[in-house]
Amino acid sequence: MALQHFKTSEFDAAVEAAPLAMVDFWASWCGPCKMLSPTIEALAGQYDGKVLVGKVNVDEEPDLARRVGVMSIPTVVFLKNGREFDRKVGVMPAGAFTAVLDGNL
Amino acid sequence: MSCDVLVIGGGPAGLSAAVNIRARGKSALVVSNPLEENPLWKSERIDNYLGLPGLSGAELLTAFRTHAERAGAEFHSGRALNAAMTGDSWYVSVGSDVLEAKAVILAGGVARGKKFPGEEEFLGRGVSYCATCDGMLYRGRRVAVLGWTESARGEAEFLRGIGCETLWFDRPRTCEISGSQTVERVTCDGRTEQADAVFILRPALPPADLFPGLAMENGFVAVDRQMATSLPGLFAAGDCTGGPLQVSKAAGEGLIAGQSAARWIDRHPDQTEKTKDEIKK
Repeated sequence: MALQHFKTSEFDAAVEAAPLAMVDFWASWCGPCKMLSPTIEALAGQYDGKVLVGKVNVDEEPDLARRVGVMSIPTVVFLKNGREFDRKVGVMPAGAFTAVLDGNL
Repeated sequence: MSCDVLVIGGGPAGLSAAVNIRARGKSALVVSNPLEENPLWKSERIDNYLGLPGLSGAELLTAFRTHAERAGAEFHSGRALNAAMTGDSWYVSVGSDVLEAKAVILAGGVARGKKFPGEEEFLGRGVSYCATCDGMLYRGRRVAVLGWTESARGEAEFLRGIGCETLWFDRPRTCEISGSQTVERVTCDGRTEQADAVFILRPALPPADLFPGLAMENGFVAVDRQMATSLPGLFAAGDCTGGPLQVSKAAGEGLIAGQSAARWIDRHPDQTEKTKDEIKK
């Protein structure tokens, strides 16, 4: 499954149905988010069929960002069937994300 | 925006690097705060810069900058926030921009700023280094801005402009950030304020925060005689590599770093273009 772009209305159902999901909260005004973006896209390909990888634009979905408690972007949230179990804030190398994914697959 | 060599810092080391990168036929992009915010700007008189005794810091800096501009260096105002190597290129974020380069020279001066109690603990949970990035998340809420420069004051104005209730702390010395799960209050030099976010806008990020994994030695960036750091394609020059914290030493190291970076690019000609387009999307 390719990278998903979530709206608030579809977010809950999508992550609850996924045994493992990774969601990147970002915005177009944020330089660090742009830096992280290729890494997230690459991981979406690498974990295709195993992990639901998605993005949420906090500018378009401010209520969702607030509900998830995003206080700094980029924030990458990891969920199992909709329940958050880890998050990473800021630009990080791919290894920081694969370590979480591989440990929970 | 992309270039051959990105120079972080617009003081004597960075500007000397830029002049020498241009002399080797490479493009140079200098990321820096305004010239007037350089600590050297306030020096009244410098007597040990060879051949030019008695000039003020402002006069020297202005001459250096003019030299670099005439040499064809380009400039980008702002503070580098993140840096990472992807593929064969370095990517550095400055505010809402991402700059791409084949090599980077770190010449950001001494990044003073021991972290405050609570700063690391609440990073990403109310503590932020980027007003442009995170300001929108705090619209309609109360935020504190700890600033040391006019640029930081400008960022505080930006936050006010997008609808944050903004509290300005001018060049605070000792601060403590506290809360339970997230930031709830900040105390600086005896003044305590409730706030949902604390923006800490120091003039520059410490080198090892900007470049994760960068080897340090006694608090300074570890370099060899070619001003190469422990990371590929990253060079350092000036005060960030250690003392003496003097203009001549910075300019000399900038020259070496500039030449080394140009040589490094010549030895690594197979820079790929593919990741660049992905970043721009």
